[in-house]
Amino acid sequence: MNSSIKISNINHVFGEVQALKDISFEVAPGELFGLIGPDGAGKSTLFRILTTLLVASSGSATVAGWDVKQDLKQIRRRVGYMPGRFSLYQDLTVEENLKFFATIFGTTIKESYHLIEEIWVQIEPFRKRRAGKLSGGMKQKLALCCALIHQPEVLFLDEPTTGVDAVSRREFWDMLQRLKAHGITILVSTPYMDEAIRCERIALIQAGEILSIDTPKAIIASYKKPLFAVRSNNFYQLLQDLRGFDQTERVEPFGEYLHLTAKSKLAPTVVESYMEEKGHEGIVVKPIEATIEDVFLDLM
Amino acid sequence: MNAAITAHHLTKRFGDFTAVDAISFEVKKGEIFGFLGANGAGKTTAIRMLTGLNRPTDGEATVAGFDVYRQSEKIKENIGYMSQKFSLYEDLSIRQNIRFYGGIYGLRSKEIQEKTKQILETLSLEVYADKVVGELPLGWKQRLAFAVANVHDPAIVFLDEPTGGVDPATRRRFWEMIYATANLGRTIFVTTHYMDEAEYCDRISIMVAGKIEALGSPHELKEKFSASTMDEVFVSLARPK
Repeated sequence: MNSSIKISNINHVFGEVQALKDISFEVAPGELFGLIGPDGAGKSTLFRILTTLLVASSGSATVAGWDVKQDLKQIRRRVGYMPGRFSLYQDLTVEENLKFFATIFGTTIKESYHLIEEIWVQIEPFRKRRAGKLSGGMKQKLALCCALIHQPEVLFLDEPTTGVDAVSRREFWDMLQRLKAHGITILVSTPYMDEAIRCERIALIQAGEILSIDTPKAIIASYKKPLFAVRSNNFYQLLQDLRGFDQTERVEPFGEYLHLTAKSKLAPTVVESYMEEKGHEGIVVKPIEATIEDVFLDLM
Repeated sequence: MNAAITAHHLTKRFGDFTAVDAISFEVKKGEIFGFLGANGAGKTTAIRMLTGLNRPTDGEATVAGFDVYRQSEKIKENIGYMSQKFSLYEDLSIRQNIRFYGGIYGLRSKEIQEKTKQILETLSLEVYADKVVGELPLGWKQRLAFAVANVHDPAIVFLDEPTGGVDPATRRRFWEMIYATANLGRTIFVTTHYMDEAEYCDRISIMVAGKIEALGSPHELKEKFSASTMDEVFVSLARPK
């Protein structure tokens, strides 16, 4: 199989900090692959290595079949990269930025229009505005257009949805699904665990190490411990009380519920009676399936 | 007086553009109040008026009992503020940051000493007291920034997307700090893009295009919009079909 991205035993060290520890995985052509992890996990370092901007301390990688250490020119022509930090020219207009990147890659807006049309129509009303004066959401869309202007085979998106509201995040992921339909391989990173399910496969990454790598469904299914969603009228007190429950392995807030992982299989009624004993009212205890975030917390 | 914040038809216009359009609401003392909205809905402009940084175009508001037009300096003395970008000085140590902010807020040396001890203890950072803040992990910085925003025992703390980027465990420990602080009777005014965090608030308002389109407890809002999660409530409001 010809992988679109192939990473073999990549390590990277900054001074005394080991930013990446023995990372290996492959991304298939046309796959939408998610790198899920918090700030400082090493996601951006890996992106910079794969886009030839940083040479790894050890290990090797290929992108679109080319070696990241030797074939810089080939790779740069074939990949689109949207860094985590806005890196377009703030004092050029929206249109000037896009034209600039088209020219650099020896192409025109017209040639790639089919790829960027959907996004471009949303920022076109602002085409005379300087990029530095755009709102966060608009900057993100412009950056994506610029990353797509040369019709790349592989697209690297480093935290495209950080700081973006819940609705715009949803729309961004819908857009990625449609880009995928054009056959582009997409490697995308995010600190939002709920976005993991929008990927075909994901790697959970923390402190430079991959904790797990699989389809979101398989990762969820790998959580074998008994898990309950629990609540009462006094949420904060319940959290404290359940930490003192002898059956508790872990208890964490998850929105309106607490997620209680039990040490061993037990009936919900056992949890209920403990809560009653502690004087709680409005008690709800129900067995649930894990989310990606439960798995992440468990693997950390 | 039982309200920490009152706003009545609070409005901010920039030229022809109405960024905040006559919003009215109250935040009770000791409440965790979630201030939600899509990017560009007007949240930041509203917060800047409430924290005394921007003068409203119209309407009224009080914060900690002080008027936003006439007593903005009083407001600044009586609130704490923490944003995603922090306010900590990266090249000062933990101890120096606490001392600096204690000084800014007019604490006496003895009070600053006590606060420093207390903060270092609560955060279990005693060993790192003289470490430069820039070298700390993001999660520690967030917790320290929160502690520093509370250094002068303000009546209200404003938190502007305080948990961006950290791992799921750190994010939860941060919210436990918020809970513990609210339990002391302090009012928390918080913005977030994490919809599960919206559920941790006592009440929430959701801003759409400059107006507050929904206000209530998470439970009330979910019922009202026949939604099972806050995410659904948010989506149905921000992008009406």
